[in-house]
Amino acid sequence: MTTGSLTAGRARFRLPRRQIPVLATLALLLVMYGIGVSQYTAFSNVQVIFNVFIDNSFLLVVAVGMTFVILTGGIDLSVGSVVAMTAMVSAWLLQEGLPAALVLVIALLIGPTLGLLMGCAIHFFEIQPFIVTLAGMFFARGMCTFISGSSIPITDGFWTRMSQERIGDPRGNFVSVSVLIAFVVVAVAAYTLAYTRLGRNVYAIGGNSQSALLMGLPVGRTRIAVYTISGLCSAIGGILLSFYTLSGAPLIAVGMELDVIAAVVIGGTVLTGGSGYVFGTVLGVLVLGVIQTLITFDGSLNSWWTKIVIGGLLFAFILLQRLIGIRYK
Amino acid sequence: MTDSRPVLTMTGISKSFPGVRALHNVNVRLFPGEVHALMGENGAGKSTLIKVLTGVYDTDEGTITLDGESVSFSGPMQATAAGVSTVFQEVNLCTNLSVAENIFIGREPRLLGAVRWGEVRRRARALLARLDLDLDVSAPLGSYSLAIQQMVAIARAIDIKARVLILDEPTSSLDAGEVAQLFRIMRQLRGEGIAILFVTHFLDQVYEIADRITVLRNGGLVGEYLTAELPQLSLVEKMIGKELDVLEGIEEHSRRDLTALEEGTPLVAVSNFGRAGAVEPFSLTIHAGEVVGLAGLLGSGRTEVARLLFGADRPDGGQVVVDGTASSLRTPAQAIDHGVGFCSENRRAEGIVADLSVRENMILAMQAARGWLRPIPRRRQDELVDRYVKALNIRPADPEVPVRNLSGGNQQKVLLARWLITEPRLLILDEPTRGIDIGAKTEIQKLVTQLSDGGMAVLFISAELEEVLRLSHKVAVMRDRQMVAQLANDDSLDADRIMQTIATGSHREEADR
Repeated sequence: MTTGSLTAGRARFRLPRRQIPVLATLALLLVMYGIGVSQYTAFSNVQVIFNVFIDNSFLLVVAVGMTFVILTGGIDLSVGSVVAMTAMVSAWLLQEGLPAALVLVIALLIGPTLGLLMGCAIHFFEIQPFIVTLAGMFFARGMCTFISGSSIPITDGFWTRMSQERIGDPRGNFVSVSVLIAFVVVAVAAYTLAYTRLGRNVYAIGGNSQSALLMGLPVGRTRIAVYTISGLCSAIGGILLSFYTLSGAPLIAVGMELDVIAAVVIGGTVLTGGSGYVFGTVLGVLVLGVIQTLITFDGSLNSWWTKIVIGGLLFAFILLQRLIGIRYK
Repeated sequence: MTDSRPVLTMTGISKSFPGVRALHNVNVRLFPGEVHALMGENGAGKSTLIKVLTGVYDTDEGTITLDGESVSFSGPMQATAAGVSTVFQEVNLCTNLSVAENIFIGREPRLLGAVRWGEVRRRARALLARLDLDLDVSAPLGSYSLAIQQMVAIARAIDIKARVLILDEPTSSLDAGEVAQLFRIMRQLRGEGIAILFVTHFLDQVYEIADRITVLRNGGLVGEYLTAELPQLSLVEKMIGKELDVLEGIEEHSRRDLTALEEGTPLVAVSNFGRAGAVEPFSLTIHAGEVVGLAGLLGSGRTEVARLLFGADRPDGGQVVVDGTASSLRTPAQAIDHGVGFCSENRRAEGIVADLSVRENMILAMQAARGWLRPIPRRRQDELVDRYVKALNIRPADPEVPVRNLSGGNQQKVLLARWLITEPRLLILDEPTRGIDIGAKTEIQKLVTQLSDGGMAVLFISAELEEVLRLSHKVAVMRDRQMVAQLANDDSLDADRIMQTIATGSHREEADR
């Protein structure tokens, strides 16, 4: 033992490279906000930011669930349909005269149950998450139209109160209850991922599921759990959407799963799994929201520009991830 | 060595799979504070033994005792919990997680369900300090070299109060400096009284670190020896065994005058050809009509040489001369252009397309060489396929059956035919006779001599020395990823001398006469 202490293997990188994508998103968000403020005087109003949160609270909650799934290297295409189905079921049950509390419980159970079933199919039958959740997506969307072919309005007192309640400061700036609910979801998710065994197992599976198995981690249980969590988040998102629109419509939130995936990826979570943060997802959702706000402020631009910009950003971020991934090896 | 009682014994272990007897009546004893090397060629039963020991497989017969008490593990987790930890050849950790987390994930210290990260890092630092490793425990594991990752895997393994540590080919992807680091840690753990079972193919490493050696061959126990009492040559003999000469079909064919062949310009001559981590730079000259044998133990770099010559791996440097003009072999396409064919050792994964018919498999390489826009006319296909089915005696002689229905030997012949149809000038055969029956083996050997008589150069790789000797004009010997000698196959050369070269690595100057 004459070689002494081993220092040759010092970590080569001081900058935590896994945080580069998140930092890039943060910089992007600040730049976009700066552009908005410099171009439009009203943009600096705090309420503009609050409105971004109000308009996207349901998207944020669903994106948090998707973050869990993508961190394990999976994907959940069913979220948009589950959101719609939850809103639809709530509207229908309220129309049928069920008490609001019971409707909430039922609506919040449907999503996680479907997620649990999809997770089991993915784990036990070793089927690609893509195809299982695609089936889930069609199923849930079909259930929406099965309940009703047209929109069902919500007139329930609890729902309208949730919709109209403003939580604000003395100067008149306010957020909705949905925003607070979304923040709670974000906080719980961030804690779960950082401090619980479930959360750490999610990262381990995303890093290398074979290794995770050999290290004795409960891979199957964790994998089923993330789809259940995603289902629960979709259900909460569906409730928030029904607060927002005060209705359930069979064709609402079509294609939302793709917005959600875009937000998660722009937020720095790597599609192959194992790297990413809930905080990044929050930033990703904000980026999407600010783009929409900018285009609304401009007034002359077609709303399709939102899609074009998101497309470009998504491509840039995937490329960034890939470059970091290559250098990692 | 320690005279204490063994901490772990395996007695009379037998294990069969359908049609294969993988282990037969094997005994192994592991003593505390000893490094015990498990040696044997491919298929000797080393991996099966480790899987039986760690509970991946059940035993058919035999007992395992730990501290004198009979044990039977249901899987690696239970074995680990009992103090028998395994670190596999491929590091089974998550490179995206931090060093500290990789050591403790699954058993992190927690407070009310929350992982205590400070405690995790503190304990990881303490554990690594015990191994004399100074790492940033918060850095992602992926930012460290493979060797360091391996040591982190060891740290994870020994944290669970390990009594027995199994290292399954830990050094196969490490360079010399990294191996030295690993050995330092192994010595330290040995000093702490841990019994280490060390599986490797590298002879030098065994003699550097192991106290005791157990040799397996064909699923049977050859014996247990103290390293100090077993010369390298006897070890190699025990691993390879004496080849039974059952191949009567081939006359002493190839011990011909090599000088006649060597007069012309070499077909392919490479110098300083090598690839870091795969094979040390070597020089090799192959003439038309020459059979060059490549001998060496498993993992000695035989296949790596073949892959370099075929352009499947890129060399780090060196010169290539084809037909007397400087050239390069950087991609398989280039190699094929120069007339090089490569029959892979791994015929299931890299060679045969099991669902295609015999005819389609045979045509594949020729069609690829022509480009897919110029299909080979069906009549020409049938002609070629017919000829080679007859020439190689492929059975069943129906070119339209899927290759999966053929026996291993016949599959190998189809693969050979695929390259022969392209009429290569240099054919590389990597273990063409492994795992096939004697009859097919003889036919393939005959074919090699016929081909070389017809002017084709052949690089013949085989673990069976008798076979190499029978066919080759010249034998290149590989040892620990180095081409240590090139021996002319004259009357003075026999299996013993090749074995000696493999064992001691005597240099070309002394050996090449």
